[in-house]
Amino acid sequence: MATVLDIRGLTKTYASGLTALKPVTLAIEEGEIFALLGPNGAGKTTLISIVCGIVTPSAGSVTVGGFDVSRDYRAARALIGLVPQELATDSYETVWATTTHSRGLFGRPPDRAYVERTLRSLSLWDKRDARIRTLSGGMKRRVMIAKALVHEPRVLFLDEPTAGVDVELRRDMWALVRELREDGVTIILTTHYIEEAEEMADRVGVISRGELILVEEKHTLMRKLGQKHLVLHLHAPLTELPAALSRWDLALDADGQLLEYRFDTRAEHNDIAALLRGLDELGITYADLHTEQSSLEDIFVDLVASREAHA
Amino acid sequence: MNGVARFNHHGVWAIYKFEMGRTLRTLLQSIATPVITTSLYFVVFGSAIGGRMANVDGVPYGAFIVPGLIMLAVLTESLSNASFAIYLPKFTGTIYELLSAPLSPFEIVLAYVGAATTKSLLLGLLILATARLFVPLEIAHPVWMLAFLLLTAVAFCLFGFVLGIWANGWEQLQFVPMLVITPLTFLGGSFYSINMLPPTWQTVALFNPVVYLVSGFRWSFFDKGDVAVGVSLAFVSGFLAVCLLMVWWIFRSGYRLKT
Ligand SMILES: Nc1ncnc2c1ncn2[C@@H]1O[C@H](COP(=O)(O)OP(=O)(O)OP(=O)(O)O)[C@@H](O)[C@H]1O
Ligand SMILES: [Mg+2]
Repeated sequence: MATVLDIRGLTKTYASGLTALKPVTLAIEEGEIFALLGPNGAGKTTLISIVCGIVTPSAGSVTVGGFDVSRDYRAARALIGLVPQELATDSYETVWATTTHSRGLFGRPPDRAYVERTLRSLSLWDKRDARIRTLSGGMKRRVMIAKALVHEPRVLFLDEPTAGVDVELRRDMWALVRELREDGVTIILTTHYIEEAEEMADRVGVISRGELILVEEKHTLMRKLGQKHLVLHLHAPLTELPAALSRWDLALDADGQLLEYRFDTRAEHNDIAALLRGLDELGITYADLHTEQSSLEDIFVDLVASREAHA
Repeated sequence: MNGVARFNHHGVWAIYKFEMGRTLRTLLQSIATPVITTSLYFVVFGSAIGGRMANVDGVPYGAFIVPGLIMLAVLTESLSNASFAIYLPKFTGTIYELLSAPLSPFEIVLAYVGAATTKSLLLGLLILATARLFVPLEIAHPVWMLAFLLLTAVAFCLFGFVLGIWANGWEQLQFVPMLVITPLTFLGGSFYSINMLPPTWQTVALFNPVVYLVSGFRWSFFDKGDVAVGVSLAFVSGFLAVCLLMVWWIFRSGYRLKT
């Protein structure tokens, strides 16, 4: 697949002296859904804003569809759709007017049918003559998405599209993203909802303090870092781990009531059986047991935490 | 890749239409207010005072003040329209779309300043038509009249554009028109010929840029001005060039547009 977004050695130091991006290098393939995760202030919005021409980079280069965003900005920007994090709309315009306006701004000839289709796909058709200020927050967000899609972009940036959005709209949004992907649109989204990245993304990037600390295919990431936990609720608390069980990676909680076994999902399953047999032989009995799989969120929190510890 | 034109005329047209639409929505403010104000000026200055005034430079006072009044309205409206037009998206945050659109700085300025200039020209002509209801008027150099009107409108719309980008708050947006432009306009010979001032003040008046604008514009009506028409023309053109330079610099440096 071809690279549609190529970011090389991109840095940004704001006038305040704050470095929001250390050199970031990232290549996004055409047609993929890429989720950018990171805590508040990590630099996600800064990165997106530079690609879209809203923030000037301090160093580095960005190309979109092979066009340099500063030298060939016209060609590059025509390919990009942006839904920014902050709600910003022209309150007194109607939904229809603001959407056709956006299409024109991006150099597209008028196309009523296309605008209609876009509005319909976002359930905005009934509201087409409503002034934006009369819409609810969620509806306004739909309007912003319509504005970003109406000029038929090939690369779509969704900066926290589901922040403060109800379940229904979030589901709609996911459906829309899948539809767009069917059409070959590349989507880069930032989110704080890990399940969103888990659900949607092909690849995940984690950014922390302006550094891209990890870029991985989601499944690989889950497999590589994903661990399962087997938790046993003991009948009688243990004061310490029996030496006979040292070959397993075990942990006891403070009360000695819960015994936790962490194992790699790739490890052989009879390991668990062996552990249970070992417990049996030692006469340790348990009332209940269950397993948990670590989610992307656990991975993410671990990653960021370990980074912060090293920093 | 999709065909990317050398000139984004759809984009320019979109902004122009958007801005003109905003005017229509606020028609009362944009057009009615200046027209009413001007009519009041005529009632007060033209009729009440003018009746007691001798001719100025051989022109009846009521007619004499027409070019000045038009200039006054065009200057202030150009400034406030153009500055507001670009300040508003900065204020509401919708400027993100403008900055991320495939538009060159020239196209952005063309669209915004073009729309603001259109409004100013319409306003100027509307005031002229209103004035005709009060006083009989003949225009000696109609083409020059339009040229002066256009040049002034473009220059002050550009200046307004710069002001709107510079302003970081509503107070700042009001500050320049209130504290700088309004006094300059009132002291700019709109209601009198600077020849009527004492000699010292005549010299001071020559440092007032508005004097040159009003004088040139008045020349196009009555074939007479306070200063030579060439000087007026050179002045307006010079001011236009300075505004263009400021706009060019703003886009080059991203000043107060991009962080
Ligand atoms: N215009 C600006 N001037 C100065 N500093 C800025 C500016 N914009 C952002 N920053 C700083 O840059 C850093 C990165 O901000 P950015 O908005 O990119 O983070 P983010 O990852 O999008 O965070 P969030 O999840 O909260 O949206 C932050 O420390 C922020 O305070
Ligand atoms: Mg952000």
